[in-house]
This record gives sequence, structure tokens and C-alpha cells, in this order.
Amino acid sequence: MSIYLNSDSKIIVQGITGGMGAKHTALMLSSGANIVGGVNARKAGQTVEHTDHEGNPVTLPVFGSVKEAMAETGADVSVVFVPPAFTKDACVEAIDAGIGLLVVITEGVPVQDTAEVFAYLDGKDTRMIGPNCPGIITPGESLAGITPHTITGSGPIGLVSKSGTLTYQMMYELRDLGFSTAIGIGGDPVIGTTHIDALEAFENDPATEAIVMIGEIGGDAEERAAAYIAEHVTKPVVGYVAGFTAPEGKTMGHAGAIVSGSSGTAQAKKEALEAVGVKVGKTPSETARLMRELLQSR
Amino acid sequence: MDLFEYQARDIFEKHGVPVLGGVVATTPEEARAGAEKLGGGTVVVKAQVKIGGRGKAGGVKLAHSPEEAAQKAEEILGMDIKGHTVHRVMIAAGAQIAEEYYFSVLLDRAHRNYLAMCSVEGGVEIEELAVERPEALARVAVDPAVGIDAAKAAEIVEAAGFDADVKDKVAAAIQQLWTVFSEEDATLVEVNPLVKTEQGDIIALDGKVTLDANADFRHPDHAELEDSATTDPLEAKAKEHDLNYVKLDGEVGIIGNGAGLVMSTLDVVAYAGEAHGGVKPANFLDIGGGANAQVMAAGLDVILHDEQVKSVFVNVFGGITACDEVAKGIVGALEILGDEASKPLVVRLDGNNVEKGRAILTEANHPLVTLAETMDGGAETAAAKAAATA
Repeated sequence: MSIYLNSDSKIIVQGITGGMGAKHTALMLSSGANIVGGVNARKAGQTVEHTDHEGNPVTLPVFGSVKEAMAETGADVSVVFVPPAFTKDACVEAIDAGIGLLVVITEGVPVQDTAEVFAYLDGKDTRMIGPNCPGIITPGESLAGITPHTITGSGPIGLVSKSGTLTYQMMYELRDLGFSTAIGIGGDPVIGTTHIDALEAFENDPATEAIVMIGEIGGDAEERAAAYIAEHVTKPVVGYVAGFTAPEGKTMGHAGAIVSGSSGTAQAKKEALEAVGVKVGKTPSETARLMRELLQSR
Repeated sequence: MDLFEYQARDIFEKHGVPVLGGVVATTPEEARAGAEKLGGGTVVVKAQVKIGGRGKAGGVKLAHSPEEAAQKAEEILGMDIKGHTVHRVMIAAGAQIAEEYYFSVLLDRAHRNYLAMCSVEGGVEIEELAVERPEALARVAVDPAVGIDAAKAAEIVEAAGFDADVKDKVAAAIQQLWTVFSEEDATLVEVNPLVKTEQGDIIALDGKVTLDANADFRHPDHAELEDSATTDPLEAKAKEHDLNYVKLDGEVGIIGNGAGLVMSTLDVVAYAGEAHGGVKPANFLDIGGGANAQVMAAGLDVILHDEQVKSVFVNVFGGITACDEVAKGIVGALEILGDEASKPLVVRLDGNNVEKGRAILTEANHPLVTLAETMDGGAETAAAKAAATA
């Protein structure tokens, strides 16, 4: 079991012919993910050549639209690699086509575009992850995004994180235990799937025994997640928050990572999580140790 | 990017928001000329700093003649307001204020939409008003798909409780301010105060605008709004190389890949530094996924020119990027820099092809480079080296 993504997922890639899209289509295929095609309106009817995880050649069709791709392949997941200027339109197209899971990897999307896409999702059947995220991996089953599939395999831990490289770091630290699903929700101010959404899904996933939640400065998503944990999560949660040394008013890489006045600080997030009984590591390695202890004591 | 008041005023004017005349000045002479341009009567000389509370700090002064405007500008220019040096003043036309209101529209991260806030009690610290008399501050959610149309503007002025005689004018100004927010890709547009003059006109007297840097590609004109005078020279240099760099006040230079991991690295270095005389991270620098020799060299070049830096910690997790590529990048960067590379470098590599990466660095055997097994260990070594040479 897993959340949002499994071995039955059929994935298309929006922007499959671009540099990033081609590179990560190859990597997703090498993980064993079931990539069934791609979309590029200007290259509809063409094909792209890749290799699957067993070394066999794969010919993927390029469709003119998400709707057409879904009709022809039965795809239910789309991974978006198109440039920021076109991301809003690509998302709207996928939502209109009724895609089940929309994973937006693109970094640098104007926040008003994302806010409009999020408003557009209202009442639709699509779950969006991202933008500005590494996507989602269910080790051993599927990968929709850019998370390296070689770090670790399947296991009892669910992971949700704002940061890509911290996701990889934490998967690496706990590679002997493995993960049910690891989801990078992205570091932008407005994102589709939140910590709370992932916590709810992990709580309901039988394969997930414990959850690692990674946050960072900016906004109050971690504080709201803490309140949610207190009310709704029975599985053990270990937390980590990055950015204790971040100065006020400076954007730290991620568009959403900014301390504004006294709000959005790492300290406030850590305290909110600890107040509801979540153990928060001071460093990634300490966080991994806390998770290890927690699983061993069960 | 936060704008100065005079830049906000100009953008307001561009979109039809009613504002008073205003001229920016960097010298007393320019202030005098500005006051003359505005008619030679009473003006307000206002310090241009991106921080609140300038009035109380003495950064806003009334002047009754161009001569006096020059004099007041002389007093204000160079002042320090909460750590911000005043490099510019705005000479603003005087207004006869009858009433002061408040309006803002901003990105509401928690609700993933926009929030309009409005009050008939403006001119005060709005954070205080929100806490002390929350009922006096109307909060109206704005749907990003619709924006502030005539109906929404009417809803906002109704919720704020404006008198009938100004309702329509305020609603019109709010719609114009929405145009600023929407067309300029802002994440905040705030007017405090929005005033009614004794003549009954509605005017945006002081504005604050924050622009979304992610939208710069569709606003080439926004580049001119950058404040080069107060940008740190190292940050400017990093920007030339498209590096994601923030200068901090410490001794251990940091290079890493991925915003989250770099933020985390700063924290881990600060903890390690506690046992080494309190050395701190010197910067945030995310070189992203493709850590090739050129990018690594550009990053090292920026960091090694920071005179405060005593040691450098390179912390890379090879996810997509293989560690052997990163190691080649470091070796190549040290070759490119030659004698300019003069500070100890602690390197921690993990992840994809880590053994090959470490082997490359071991073989290169560069006298400045120390390999670390773990992130915590690397932070400890880098902090110790910084403390030893401090």
C-alpha cells in the first residue's frame, strides 16, 4: 500500500520532449514506473525513444493534449515539466481533462498563476502536488517526479516534506528501513497538496507505520499541521524544521521560505509540533535517530 | 521584492490610483528642485526605507519652502532607521487630510487565495488595530479566479463601514489597487493611510508593494526597481552568476544543493559553532542540481571573496547529480580559482556514486580540502577550522 501513487498508476509527462522532461522520463522509466506517453501540442504524433528498467527499448507516443493522451493510454497521473510561463495553462489543461494526480515539478511559477490554478481545482477531481517540488515516490512501485529511486526501497515510513534535497537526505538516513511513500509538496507559498493532506493519507494507509514530517521557515503550514496531528493522527510522527538561522525578510532559496516579522520562524514551528507531542530533531541525523528509536520501541 | 514608497507611488499612478505629486531625491539640491517642481509650497520630506516606524524615528518632516525642504532632506539623508541607512527621500505634496483609512490586498498562504483588509480607522499601526480592535478591520476573502470586481469592491467598503458619501470613491480606488496587484504580479499592495482630503477626494498617501520575483519574466521593467545602492556587493556578484545567495553575518561559508538542505546546513553549522567560539554560517548558497565545475567555481569565487569567511563547508547530497560529477566540479573549481582559493574547504558528499566522488577528491589530494563522512561531522570540522583561523 501507499498514498496517491502505486504500481497501477499510468503516468504521462507534460513537456516530455524538453530537456528536463526527457531526462526525468528516462529516470522514471529506469525506476520501473509505468510511463505511457507524453504531451507536447507542437510535436503531436511523434514518438520518443527510451529504455525501461529491464533495459528493453520503449517507444512513447507524444500526444497533442492531455485529454487525448488519457483517452489513448488510460493515464491517471501527469507530471509537469513545462517552463514557468506555460505551467498555468498546462495545469488547467490537465484539470479539464480530469487527470487524477497532477504533479507539478516546475520551479519559478508566479504565485498568482498557482493561486488561480488552485482556485480552478475547486470542485474538480484532480489532486495537485507542487509546484516547485520533487514529486512523489512509492519505492518499488512507482515514481512521479525527480526523486532518485536508488536511495532506498519500500518500508514502513511515510515522509512529507517541503524540500527535495531534505527528502533525499532523510530517505538516505533511513535507507535501511524504507518508505511507504515519500512526497515532496514543494517550497512555494501556494501549493496543491499540503502537509495536512499527506498526514491524513498516511494515517489512512495501512502500510505506513510512522510518519516523518519535514518543514521549513515561512507561512504557518507546520503550525496548522501540528493542530491537525493533535486531532486526527494516531500514528507516531517525527518532525524536522529547517531554517533556524535564517534572517528576517530574506527569501532562502524556496519562494515560500521567508520569515516575515515574527511569523514563519523555525522556532515557532518546532514549538507548535512539540506542543502536540511530536518529537522534533535538531538536525536531519537526529531526526532519523528519533524515528529509529520510535520504530524500535514499538 | 519590497518596493520603496516612491516606487509604489509611481506604480499606483501608472494604474490610475489617485496619488499626490511626489519626487524622489538623493541630495538636498534635488530635494529643493523637487519641492519647486511641486509648486514651491508646503511639502513633506519622507525618508525612503523599507521598514516601518520612520515617522517616530524622525524620518518624516514638514517643509514650508523649497529652501526648508533642502534643509530637512539634509537632516534625513544618511540617517539610520532601525539599521536601514536613508539613501533617498521623497518630496511629497502636502494634503489637507480630513479622514484616514486603511486598505490592503495580499496573498493569503494559509487559504491559498487573496485577502483584502480594510478599515475606516487608518493611519495607525494596522497590526495593533488587528489585535486591539479586530472588529474595526474588515477582512474579505478574494477569489483568485475572479479578483476584485465592482461587486467585491462594494462588499469590502460595506464590510468596513464607510460613510455613504465616500463609498463609491473608495470602492473605485480599491478596484484600481486591485489592478496594481494583479497586473504587476504583487503579493502585497497596502495603502496606509488611504485618505479623504478636506475637498472630499480619496488619495493613496503612503503605499507598500511587494512583487513576486517568480513573475519577473513577464515584467522586464521590474528590474529597474532593484535597489542597487543597498544590495550587498557579494549578493550582486552572486546574482550576476544566477546563484541563489544570501549574505549572512558569520565565518563559515556554505555551499550546498537544494534550498532545504542548505537551510538545514546553516542550522547544523550554527549548532556546531556553539562549541567553537560561536562561529556562524556566513551565507546561504544553493547551487541547485547541476553542480558542475563552472557553477561550483562561481559559488566558491563569491564565498572566498567574503572577507569574514574563514572556512567553507560544501555539503552536497547526490540525488540526480552524481557525487563524482560534484567532486570533479570541486577539483575543477579549485583549478579555475588557483591562488584565489585560500581557505580550508570541508566537503561532505553522500548519495549517488559517493564512493567514486570521494575517490576523486582523495586522489586530487588538494591541500585545502578535507573530506567529511557525515553532514554533522563536516559542520563540526568546518566550524573548528573557522574558529582556529579566526
